[in-house]
Amino acid sequence: MLDSPLGLHPSVALRPEPFGALAYHYDNRRLVFLKHPSMVDLVRSLDEHPDLRSALEANGIAEDRWDAYDRAVTSLIESDVVITR
Amino acid sequence: MTRLVDQMKTGLDAPICITWELTYACNLACVHCLSSSGRRDPRELSTAEAFRVIDELRAMQVFYVNIGGGEPMIRRDFFDIVEYATTGGVGVKFSTNGAYIDAERARRLAGMDYLDIQISVDGADEATNDRVRGQGSFATARRAMENLADADFGEFKISVVVTRDNVSQLDDFLAMADGFGAQLRLTRLRPSGRGVDTWHDLHPTLDQQRELHRWLLAHGERVLTGDSFFHLNAFGESLPGLNMCGAGRVVCLIDPIGDVYACPFVIHDEFLAGNVRDAGGFTDVWRTSDLFSELREPQSAGACASCGAWDACQGGCMAAKFFTGLPLDGPDPECVGGEGEHALTAVTSVPKPSGDHSRPVPVELGRR
Ligand code: SF4
Ligand code: SF4
Repeated sequence: MLDSPLGLHPSVALRPEPFGALAYHYDNRRLVFLKHPSMVDLVRSLDEHPDLRSALEANGIAEDRWDAYDRAVTSLIESDVVITR
Repeated sequence: MTRLVDQMKTGLDAPICITWELTYACNLACVHCLSSSGRRDPRELSTAEAFRVIDELRAMQVFYVNIGGGEPMIRRDFFDIVEYATTGGVGVKFSTNGAYIDAERARRLAGMDYLDIQISVDGADEATNDRVRGQGSFATARRAMENLADADFGEFKISVVVTRDNVSQLDDFLAMADGFGAQLRLTRLRPSGRGVDTWHDLHPTLDQQRELHRWLLAHGERVLTGDSFFHLNAFGESLPGLNMCGAGRVVCLIDPIGDVYACPFVIHDEFLAGNVRDAGGFTDVWRTSDLFSELREPQSAGACASCGAWDACQGGCMAAKFFTGLPLDGPDPECVGGEGEHALTAVTSVPKPSGDHSRPVPVELGRR
């Protein structure tokens, strides 16, 4: 997924919460939890970067954590919160 | 890392599951009505006040609101309120007995975005349903479902409160939902509102609870439960969901006169946090009221502390305990280990729900 251009689904709204954020999908009416503030920042910034790799770099996330973020983003793609552009 | 549920227990900046009852007026008089509805309350929020509540919900990023009553469609400004919410980004799911969904209104509802409808039935056949919800109510609900299906509304919900009488009909409810292309929603009967008087006769027996737990494990994927059966997790395998009491933490109720309670099932002064007409509005009640702050503190397990199932069951439902006169830090009256039943024998008095809006006709459980 690292090389894919990604973005937030246009029907998804993010609501900040102490633990991270709630993502609500207005089309399928699902709630998804983003369980860490750094994940929220990453997801919000996806649209501004050519691919996931550069978004991770820009957010200052250490390279040994990229796999974990890759998995988390993949599950957000499965729930349609994040889409490939 | 802290578990997400633990984070939830300390509260959120805005509720996830908010119920807003628009009116205490109702054409029916169900024997288990959680809000003792019947007659309109003269202090109910005006249209302008309702719009202000929606403005607040939008600002707090509450994504959707569960509208109920009473029968919400009785309000003449029902469509105005729903349209104001849905066009402003606050989705609406509303519960109705279906009496006002004729062919024309069904078409109007079908044309609206971000709108879900729940039609309530409490029996898969007329006799079982009408015994609890009143004569003719089954036919009324069926007609509403047919009108919605004819209008191509899409997937609406059929909402059932599980009772001693209908727990054997779960497959039939599922078939009914499939027949309409609808989704089935099952919720727990609590001794709230008029349920205070009928719960003892209507709540599922221990054997039935075991049967219900097995059924939910087998069909859980297809059925909505609003997380209401987590006390059954003590049987062993856990049901999907957050599995915690969300009162004042992720859940709350705004009642027709703007009073904010910790949850729709605890309409009692002890769980009243404030009113949307107060200076800081709903936002302040949610974020700073004493009651909600207290509920977000760690709760004691009390008599449940020594139970091996505590992690899975968390002592069950606060409302169920409160209105059966049990201590809040102890077993649920329907504790699957039998602790609740045991504790109930020592109860001498039970609290009375605040505000009875029942019509003056006596409401009785229909004869079998
Ligand atoms: S009091 Fe009962 S119904 Fe209300 S949120 Fe808690 S568990 Fe749910
Ligand atoms: S004793 Fe308490 S924690 Fe244990 S099963 Fe009963 S209600 Fe649940």
